[in-house]
Formats: sequence, structure tokens, C-alpha cells
Amino acid sequence: MKTVEEIKAAIEAAVPDAGVEIVPNPSVSGQHSLRLQPSHAFQVAKFLRDDAELALDFLSNATGVDWPDKEISEKVKVTRTVTKTVDGVEQQVEETVEETKKRVAPGCLEAVYHLFSVAKGHGPVVIRMKTVNRTDQVELPSLTPLWRAAEFQEREIFDLFGIVFTGHPDLRRLLMWDEFKDHPMRRDYVEPDDFEYEPTPHDEVLVRAQAHKNREQGIGNRE
Amino acid sequence: MAVADQKTEKLEGWNRPPLIEPDGEGELLEVAMGPHHPSTHGVFRMDVALDGERVIRLKPVFGYLHRNHEKLAEGMTYLASMPFTDRLDYMCPMTNNWAYAIAVEKLTGQEVPERAQYLRVILGELTRVVNHASAVGFLIQEMGASGTPLMYAFKEREKVLDLFEALTGARMMVNYMRFGGCRVDATAAWLDATRKVVAGLPKFVDEFESLLTGNEILMARTQGVGILRPELAVNAGVTGPMLRATGVNYDIRKVDHYGIYDRFNFRVPLGDHGDVYDRFMIRFLEIRESLKILEQALKDIPAGPVMDPKAKIRGFRPKPGEAYGRIEAPKGELGFYLISDGGPNPYRYRIRPPSLINLTILEDMCLGQNVADVVLIFGSVDIVLGEVDR
Repeated sequence: MKTVEEIKAAIEAAVPDAGVEIVPNPSVSGQHSLRLQPSHAFQVAKFLRDDAELALDFLSNATGVDWPDKEISEKVKVTRTVTKTVDGVEQQVEETVEETKKRVAPGCLEAVYHLFSVAKGHGPVVIRMKTVNRTDQVELPSLTPLWRAAEFQEREIFDLFGIVFTGHPDLRRLLMWDEFKDHPMRRDYVEPDDFEYEPTPHDEVLVRAQAHKNREQGIGNRE
Repeated sequence: MAVADQKTEKLEGWNRPPLIEPDGEGELLEVAMGPHHPSTHGVFRMDVALDGERVIRLKPVFGYLHRNHEKLAEGMTYLASMPFTDRLDYMCPMTNNWAYAIAVEKLTGQEVPERAQYLRVILGELTRVVNHASAVGFLIQEMGASGTPLMYAFKEREKVLDLFEALTGARMMVNYMRFGGCRVDATAAWLDATRKVVAGLPKFVDEFESLLTGNEILMARTQGVGILRPELAVNAGVTGPMLRATGVNYDIRKVDHYGIYDRFNFRVPLGDHGDVYDRFMIRFLEIRESLKILEQALKDIPAGPVMDPKAKIRGFRPKPGEAYGRIEAPKGELGFYLISDGGPNPYRYRIRPPSLINLTILEDMCLGQNVADVVLIFGSVDIVLGEVDR
């Protein structure tokens, strides 16, 4: 099979400005992957499927990965001018100090696909796409029109991670029920305090409902 | 209907069967088959729209057995997930263990000793035999022969489960394989007992097959029912006996040569029509090929350790990176995708379940068929809900 570098070159020849990046995999498995730009992902995936030499006709696995916002502490050398008293005289002295700066690396959601070729018997070719952030810009192009195998798997990613696949013909929750709000596979997911909250006119339940309401509004003790 | 219409028009490569228009007058009857239907092998629902007896629309509904195994596994160490893999496809715990072990070994580069490789093949093929035998038993049960034929299959399954119990201490929740080998060694007495069981299996297969091949009722019910075309099967990610029944030669044992499968002499049976009958004949032929592998493996198994004594099992932290490992499980391609961030727990742990993905084309196979055949077609996919919903 072609190496990732060769596949990248082939993609760039077929789809200009595809913007494919190689994501190296430091583990011994040696399964390096290709990061596609969401804007060109569909054409690139179509090329991977239809190219006579690659012939990746079989999408085996599709899954999501959550990369939350990450706080990174960095040591930065800062040079600044300080007024100091040297030998009884006030002077402007330049001083280099190491400071710890914190910055937040924005998180994203990622979709990963493992492609194989049934016709040629090779694989896997790993392709991945990133969303812009984890909150409001979570759209990625769906590959279901190319490989039907992604139909349920993309629904599962939408359900558990919250990536919205544009172009998916039937994007509904797969495993959780339709009224469910959150995305359980995200790393910052918090379980609701009561999955089956539903007020009914029985005393005991009403007390529980009131406690639930208080907790929601932040009144009273948090147990 | 409108939604389905858009599907056929907008998407290329879907190869959907022509949409079936209800004929005659009157309303469509919407039936929820499941979640507690005897034919669904667990808790699973199919929302079926019927025009008389014909299926016009079928939507599978999942999630009744969902426990988010993946999330649980991300909160515990690599080894701690091993017992939970038994619960995925509880008919074949050995192959689940094996797939997970292979994925972790790809991530860390651990070597597996010879004897452990042979034991894995022996246990994996025994699993395949009992899985396929039970699947055929369930088919005959779903056609109305309640009980007896299934018990024929379970009689043999019982013998194999006794072997599992003798080796691992548990009949089904075996928790047997480890990263870089197996948990305990098999004694000579166990190997002799296995040889005896394997020697008795061909007679069972002959007897059981004579129930199926010549049975006129069975042929009438299954031939030409639920046809799946090879192009659609490959495009929809269908694997295992389902794929090979359509005539596509794709067996991961032959393609990837994982473990030591390149040492054994066996063939890959292929179907021709892709109907329910072919799917079950394939399973019989695969049992026979598995028996061939078992005979060779039981003859050649060398002495030696089943695990490198220096291998670090507890508290081991793979280097950062990712790996996708897959095997040919009895139901299809079972894969595990792991991302390590250098910590003791996997950062991402994903199971590629063959049962779920083989159901992608359930609607395509059922459209236009009689509602009684839906039960058969669904049974011929051979799923276990523990793996579908995870």
C-alpha cells in the first residue's frame, strides 16, 4: 500500500488546495493519519474511494474524539526595564525574568474514520476532521453519501459527542432517547441529578421535585 | 415516505432498492416489533409500516441496552476493561478478549508467545463453531420448529462451555486473554478433552446440516428472501458471514494474517445469492473450516510459556499514540480503536461493533418482503444486543 506521504501527494494532485496534513502517530502501530479540511473533505473522501489504485471502498470504523479546552502553563522569558538603586544611584536596568503564563488552548471535536480496501485488501487509511470549537461551530460534512457504513456510526457520534454532520440523510440520536439533552461521551459531561424527573402529585415525589428545583436554582443545601 | 424519497434522490452510492408504493386502498399499519418481541434476540425494536403483509418501511430503534461501555472504559485502567469486553457479544467472549488484546498489543508492540497464539486460535475457533451452530439453531426456531433444533446446537455448545469453564473458571464471562498472552496455561488433560470434543463435532455438523439442506419448508422460506447485493454490502460496511454470503471474498483472517492464521490450511466459503439460505449455509461451511483449523492447531501446539513473565500487566502506561486493531469475530469485523495520552487509562476507547453495522442494511433487505420474513432476515444477520447497544 502507499504510504501516507504518497497518499497525501496523490490527494493534492487530484484535489487542489485540499489542505491535507499528516498527523504522525508516535506509537508502534505506525497508523499515521491524514487531517482533512472540512471544506474539501467530501471531494477528498470521494477521491480516496474512487481512485483505482487506492480503492478504499470499505469504511470500517467511524468515531468521535473530544478534545476539551486545555489550560497550558508556559514559562516565558520576559525582559523589562526596572528602576533599581545601584550604589546609591537610581538607574534604569534591563532585567530578564521567567514568568509562568497560562493560556487556554481552544478545544474541538474530532471525527476519525478508518478506511480499508476490500478490492485490494489493504488498509487502514485513517482520516480525521476537526470542528472549529465545541459549542456552536460543530458542523462537519457527512461521509454517509459515500459510504453507507457511516450512517449509524455518524448518528452515534452526533448522539454521544454532538458533532452535527451536514448532508446526513437521517441525523437522529441513536442510543440515547430523543428528548435527551446532553452528549454523554464528552469529557466534561455531568450526569443529571435525576434522570426520570417528572413531577407527580404524590407527596414524596413533590418533596423530591422541590429539592430538585432548589438544586437547579442553587437554593439551599447541595447534598 | 417523504424522508425516504429524499434519501434516494439526494445521495449517490446508496443503492437503495426501489421504494415500494402501497397498492390498493386503506391505510398503512404501523407495527412496533419489539422491544420485547421473542424474535429480536434481546431488547430491540423495529418500527415497521405494513401494507397488508408487505413491509413498506422499517426503522430500527436501538439503545435499550445502552450502558456507555466506552465511557466506563475511559475511566478505568486498560486491564480493568478486559472483563467488560466479555459482556459485549456474550455468545463469543473469547473473540472479544482477543480483539481488545490485539488492539492494545498494536499500541504497545508487545509480543505474544507461540503457545498463547495457538491457544487463542483454538479458543477463537471453538467460539466460532458454537456461535454459528447457535445462530442456525435460532433460525430454525424462528421458522417455527420451537425448541428441539436449538437444543441440538446447545448440546454441543454446552460441551465447549464446559471446556471454557475448565480452563478459565467461567462458562461465558471468561476474562481469559491478557496483553501479550493469556491468563493461565492449558493442561495436557484439557488439550486431550478438547481433542475429544473436536473429534465429535463433525458428526454433529453432519447431523445438523441434514436438518437444513434437504428441508423443503426451510428452502421455501429462505431461498430468495432478504437478498443483499455485494456492492451494497461492501459500501454499507457489512462484514463476516453476511458479507461472504454475497460472494465477496473478505476474511480478515486471510487479509490481515493476525495471530498465526497464515500457518493453517483453510478456505473461505463464499455464497452466491446473498439470501437467507446462503447466509446459513455459509455458517455451516465455516464450522467445517474452523474444525480443520482446530485439528491443525491442536496437533501443532508447542510447549512453552503463555505469557512473557516480565510483561507488565498492572499499572502499565502505553506511550502516547493510537491504534486500531481488528479481528474476524464470528459476527464480522470486531475492532477496537484506542488513543493513549500516556496515562494509565485509555484517552479514547472505541469498539467497532459488527452487530450494529451489519444492521445498517436491515431495511434494504426487508423492503417488499412479508412481515413473517422480517423475523428470518433479522435472525440471519445474527446479532447480540449486548454488542449493538454497548
